[in-house]
Amino acid sequence: MKFLRKIKPLTWVLLVLWALVVLFPFYWMVLTSVKDYGAYNAEYVPSFFTLSPTLENYVQVFTEVDLGRYLLNTLIFTVITTGLMVFVTILAAFAFARMQFRGKNLLFTAFLALMMIPSELVVITNFQTITEWNMRNTFLGLILPSVTSVFYIYLLRETFAQVPDSLYYAAKVDGTSDWRYLWKVMVPICRPTVVTITILKVIECWNLYIWPSLITDDPKYFLVSNGIQEIRESGFGRANIPAMMAAVVVISIPLIVLFLIYRRQIMSGVARGGTKG
Amino acid sequence: MEKQNLKAFLYLLPALIFLGLFLVYPLIDVFVYSFEEGYSSASQSFFGVGDYNYSYVLHDPYFTRALINTVVLVLVTVPVSTGLALMISCALVRIRKLRSLFQTLYFLPYVTNTLAVGMVFMVLFKTTPYSEGVVNMLIRLVGGTGVDFIDGPWWAKMFVLCFYTIWIVMPFKILILTSALASVNPVYYDVARVDGTSPGRIFRRVTLPLISPSVFYLVITGFIGAFKAYSDAVALFGTNLNAAGMNTLVGYVFDMLYRDGGGYPSYASAAAIILFAIVLTITVINLLVSRKHVHYS
Repeated sequence: MKFLRKIKPLTWVLLVLWALVVLFPFYWMVLTSVKDYGAYNAEYVPSFFTLSPTLENYVQVFTEVDLGRYLLNTLIFTVITTGLMVFVTILAAFAFARMQFRGKNLLFTAFLALMMIPSELVVITNFQTITEWNMRNTFLGLILPSVTSVFYIYLLRETFAQVPDSLYYAAKVDGTSDWRYLWKVMVPICRPTVVTITILKVIECWNLYIWPSLITDDPKYFLVSNGIQEIRESGFGRANIPAMMAAVVVISIPLIVLFLIYRRQIMSGVARGGTKG
Repeated sequence: MEKQNLKAFLYLLPALIFLGLFLVYPLIDVFVYSFEEGYSSASQSFFGVGDYNYSYVLHDPYFTRALINTVVLVLVTVPVSTGLALMISCALVRIRKLRSLFQTLYFLPYVTNTLAVGMVFMVLFKTTPYSEGVVNMLIRLVGGTGVDFIDGPWWAKMFVLCFYTIWIVMPFKILILTSALASVNPVYYDVARVDGTSPGRIFRRVTLPLISPSVFYLVITGFIGAFKAYSDAVALFGTNLNAAGMNTLVGYVFDMLYRDGGGYPSYASAAAIILFAIVLTITVINLLVSRKHVHYS
């Protein structure tokens, strides 16, 4: 174990350094968001602390720009999209895990192949489709193409398949219908996985940028991602950095809180196949 | 057991409708678009069929710029982020105290909004007449000359883009590598140590081969992800990426489709297909190379 002792200080230096790199942007956005606008502009050399914190910027992001609306839009979008996704996914996963039908293996293989289609490739046609359906600048246009996630169907099917068959036959003997069995037995037993895919989808929806930026140009329907872009390019006058940082903090808090509550589920879910970037 | 064809079909119907409309049909359609010459969104008509769209895209200087930017981004961020993640993960599994705290901290960038936090990076790196910016201040403190990373020379902008991309992708890589390292059977280390193997050699001969499937998985997903970079560039340089000279391939596709100078779904489709031909080729090369170096137990 001698060699371990020699490396130990270096290990800690590396870990602390990276923690600083990760945390510094968060520190900076909170710090800047409580700096007074005038004071911020007066300091050519940025100062690493402030002695007179103000909440003025937080008032401004809800009064001078439409951040409240963007947040509400994102909330509506996230709830409906995630709800629909979970419903559709549970049904499909149940059919693949529990039911016998012709062409099952072929269809499941086709589903797996669909996982490899990059979303950037299909966005072009989806944009045309939604435009033709006159659904630009509507919630429906935002939601419909965002619902499907083949990966979650796969993940849930794997979990459903682990539920012992005997439970199903016992329920059958009692005269329970498939529908009832699915919602009263399967889903409660597999709750951890259902919760995981729900949270992962919520994160995905909250951070979605490309699709909303294509399909909405009316600020009434902006989500937080293109909302913050709008704030940056035309809100506040471009120089009011403290107010912008207040908006960034407000946008970031919900997901960070969600992450701290469901840390375990999120990290294990991502390890099983979520990717970003 | 009796077949439940109709019932199963009903359970699958919602998924089939969504996937068919928004995944399968678009996939076919994008190829159709890419060969329709002179298609206009306004009139929904086209002149003929051929490979003009591809040749237009390949001769467009904006496309060349986007291609160069994307390739540089891939070549810098994939090796650096994978290597750095490997070092940090090795350090993480070596400590016991505070390990879960560090893991939680390191994961934070994953749950942040790329656009929102990108603005923080912009503020950190930017220098204006009123404010020097933190990074430039640090550069000055160590005796260097500052540079505007957001509106300055190309290499400086590229540096911020790479830095931010690495910051964003690290959580996923650290997560995967830490769990891979933690699952290595400690008996291997004990045996190697009894044999008097040096730590460096243990790492190269024991640890690395055992976690090579995970490393390889990260390299492949890293390549694919970096080739699709876009939101991070928008977050740093604004929506008009062509003007900033910082467009990426995906950005080029969407600019063609929609933004200023957009309305050309055919060019966008051709560019998208070129992009994914490149990604597919590189993934196949990766798979071939990995056969030699990756050890699946």
